[in-house]
Amino acid sequence: MNTLIFRTMAPYLTALMVLFSVFVLLRGHNMPGGGFIGGLIAASAFAIQGIAGGVAAVRRALWFHPMAISAAGLFFAGFAGLMSIPFEVPFMTALWVFPKFFGTEVALSTPLLFDIGVYLVVTGSITSIALALEEREDL
Amino acid sequence: MTMDVTAMTFLMLVLPFVAALVAPPLTRALAQNAAWPLALAPAAIFIYFARYIPAVSNGDVIQGGFAWVPQFDVTYSWIIDGLSLTFLLLISGIGTLIVIYSGGYLKGHPQQGRFLSFLLMFMGAMLGIVVSDSFLMLFIYWELTSITSFLLIGFDHKREASRRAALQALVVTGGGGLFLLAGLLLIWHVTGISSLSALLASGDMMRESPYYLAALILVLGGAFTKSAQFPFHFWLPNAMEAPTPVSAFLHSATMVKAGVFLIMRLNPVFGDTGVWETVLPVFGGLTLLIGTFIGLRQTDLKLTLAYTTVASLGLLVMMTGFGAEGAVEAAVLYLIAHSLFKGSLFMVAGGVDHEAGTRDVTRLSGLGKFMPITFAAAMLAALSMGGLPPFVGFLAKEEIYYALAHGDTWDIVFTVVAIAGNAMMFALAFGVALRPFIGEPCVVPGPHHAHSSEHEEDTAAGSDHGDKSHTVHEAPLMLWLGPVVLAVAGVLAGIFSGTFHTLFSSPMSSAIVGAPVTLEISAIPHISLPFLLSIITVAIGIVMYLAADRLRTLADNTLTAIGWGPDKGFDQFMRGVVRLSHRVTLTLQPGKLEIYVTLSFVFVAAILLVPMTVYGEWPDMPAWPSMMFHEVMIFAIAIIGLFAVALAKGRLTAIVSLGIQGFAVAVIFMLYGAPDLSFTQFMVETLSVVILALVMTRLNLQPTDHRPAVHRIMDASIGAACGLGFGAMLLKSTQVPFNTMLTEFFNAYSKVIAHGHNVVNVIIVDFRATDTLGEIAVVVVTGLAILALIRIRVPSAKPPLKDNPAEAAPETQ
Repeated sequence: MNTLIFRTMAPYLTALMVLFSVFVLLRGHNMPGGGFIGGLIAASAFAIQGIAGGVAAVRRALWFHPMAISAAGLFFAGFAGLMSIPFEVPFMTALWVFPKFFGTEVALSTPLLFDIGVYLVVTGSITSIALALEEREDL
Repeated sequence: MTMDVTAMTFLMLVLPFVAALVAPPLTRALAQNAAWPLALAPAAIFIYFARYIPAVSNGDVIQGGFAWVPQFDVTYSWIIDGLSLTFLLLISGIGTLIVIYSGGYLKGHPQQGRFLSFLLMFMGAMLGIVVSDSFLMLFIYWELTSITSFLLIGFDHKREASRRAALQALVVTGGGGLFLLAGLLLIWHVTGISSLSALLASGDMMRESPYYLAALILVLGGAFTKSAQFPFHFWLPNAMEAPTPVSAFLHSATMVKAGVFLIMRLNPVFGDTGVWETVLPVFGGLTLLIGTFIGLRQTDLKLTLAYTTVASLGLLVMMTGFGAEGAVEAAVLYLIAHSLFKGSLFMVAGGVDHEAGTRDVTRLSGLGKFMPITFAAAMLAALSMGGLPPFVGFLAKEEIYYALAHGDTWDIVFTVVAIAGNAMMFALAFGVALRPFIGEPCVVPGPHHAHSSEHEEDTAAGSDHGDKSHTVHEAPLMLWLGPVVLAVAGVLAGIFSGTFHTLFSSPMSSAIVGAPVTLEISAIPHISLPFLLSIITVAIGIVMYLAADRLRTLADNTLTAIGWGPDKGFDQFMRGVVRLSHRVTLTLQPGKLEIYVTLSFVFVAAILLVPMTVYGEWPDMPAWPSMMFHEVMIFAIAIIGLFAVALAKGRLTAIVSLGIQGFAVAVIFMLYGAPDLSFTQFMVETLSVVILALVMTRLNLQPTDHRPAVHRIMDASIGAACGLGFGAMLLKSTQVPFNTMLTEFFNAYSKVIAHGHNVVNVIIVDFRATDTLGEIAVVVVTGLAILALIRIRVPSAKPPLKDNPAEAAPETQ
């Protein structure tokens, strides 16, 4: 697996995949995609990079422990539900705002935050498992 | 106003638990003096409930509470009548004294805060039992006393004897609690009643039910274990491993009376039948005789008292179930008297142990000179226990003989039993309360802070090894206050018997009988048959006291000759249980992952196929569709992938073949209009292959498959059966009329309400977001678990891939 081609291509592939995963995450509300599938793509990206360039490099690049990313995702998702408290609506009620940035209307909502949470949970969990499994290969 | 009363009563019932929370920090701050402020909690409860005395003695029953789970008719509700009020006052009153006593007894013990905390928790649980109206609440508090008792007996958890005693008490009383639960559920089922107050008003409903006997046995199973009736008596003496305040409070004055309480509470509903009036006296009488007889053998002050407690509980059960006129009243009087004198005597024994350093009656003598207050309290309590006027114990004994002494054989047998038991108890009472205090001063090990506490604060006395006998001195205030107050209460109740009856014993007896009862017996001796029997009892008791040493040898020899006892039986039983569970675990959990996986899939296949076969619900053969060439090819790839998996020589080949098959399925999803699903399937398949390959290298599996052909064919058939089952189920579900309600709802509102075109995603993050939240929480937890598994040396990991989007509706766009 440690071919020169693979090692050279892997960083670009990973970068592209991570970018694509964010794209998939954000378009998910209206077209195929979403947090879950986005998270799977991101996790695959990190797994590829781990195989090609070593787990230690991926861990450094990620900065946070993958499980911490996962936990943060769960926190965001739960927090998105609790946002309903000040508005006195039931738990998990979707709340939307449509602010204008530079003349473009941007839809922000608690489901978006929730989906980001799902994305982070899936990314974090799968990445941490994949990296932990790859780590042993290095030994 | 009523709301206030409800809230206040609830507060009082919760107060011990609050006090239990603050006990440890308070003890850290104030050391043993924390007992004084902590004792305010039970004292407040005592005062609060004492205000109910006038109303209750008028025959009022105070009820209150909250709805808990209204759907199941479960409430948090209480009933305060004569029976529960007397118990409430005994528990909180004695509790106050015990908390203070614990302050002195465990002075300087590093875990004193924890001890007080457990003790207060127990008190809360015990108060809960006696006021409970709803069955569920009764059961919860009942088990809570078992658990707190376990914690208290095992308080000195570094000694094996403590641990064994604690476990034994938990197994016996907790197991009995399960009997009680079954009994209560049966009563609930038979009568449809889930509260004691309603049950008490149900008249003959229970007695006429065909399930009467079963319910009775189950309930008595709970009561007999808790109240240490023969043959479950063995845990109580062993529970003496607990520090003395626990023995005084739980194992004599309160907890062990919970069983008697339950019997008394249910007397109007269960009583007055042949079974009731046979079972209770027989078991009670046996317990009385066995308890006192084994008690004769003991030399340890606490153990002697423990066996007399067993005997007393037997006497209480016997009287409650005897059914004769005055029997219940006798039980009531004896219960109150026993709580007062036995609590007092235990505290005396603890005080002696604390100051003299030993509880061995053969090594103690002449302490009266050094501990006059303790001696006085002991004598007052012993005179009450011996049943001499004008103590409350005398009232109880008179009433017992009044109820028992009638003409027929049955009555005469039990009169003899009562005389024998009471005489032996008389001897034992003075063995504890008189013997250590009279005679020549003896040499004793000197004061210590009982049990495991090695924190000698009193270093002057501790270091004085030379002349130990002079180190015995009067117990401190904290240690003599409790016994003195209880002993004096016993005298006052006897002297002012009229007031005592009006306030306590008459309302309590009325509650047990279920009809108004008035007690009149007073402490003034008058010539009658009961009085004569009392005199005979005392006479025999004195003879036995004088012959105590010879009786001890006799009891010792007899019991040694018998050899086996329930205590030994308990050990054998526990060993058997452990061995059985070991064997069962070995059979059911061989530890081979392969077997687990195989069995799981066999059952999956069975769940799918068996009902369809049994109920003949196989799907109809669908019409064969005309397929495009590329569709045929995709299906062919999927099927080829399947065969490749089954036939693969190497594991890696198998994993990759599985991936091929999965990709083919993903393409099928794509072709038939589920892009989200297909998208996810692609990713899941890719990751599965990668992670499976990683796991394989990680586990150092052989690259080749080692299974023999037969094994392979079997595995393949199991897989095929699962697939067939799922296929048939899906086919069947598409053949029933399709309910489009949800589809229409989501399609209609996805954009309007949730601002999203992708219905699947809108369902996941908006309509059913709470479900998703639960699922991603599972993902996180699974991730953590797998990480932990990978890190340990014998790893076994599998990918936690979840088919989250697949759960949503299949149709998109």
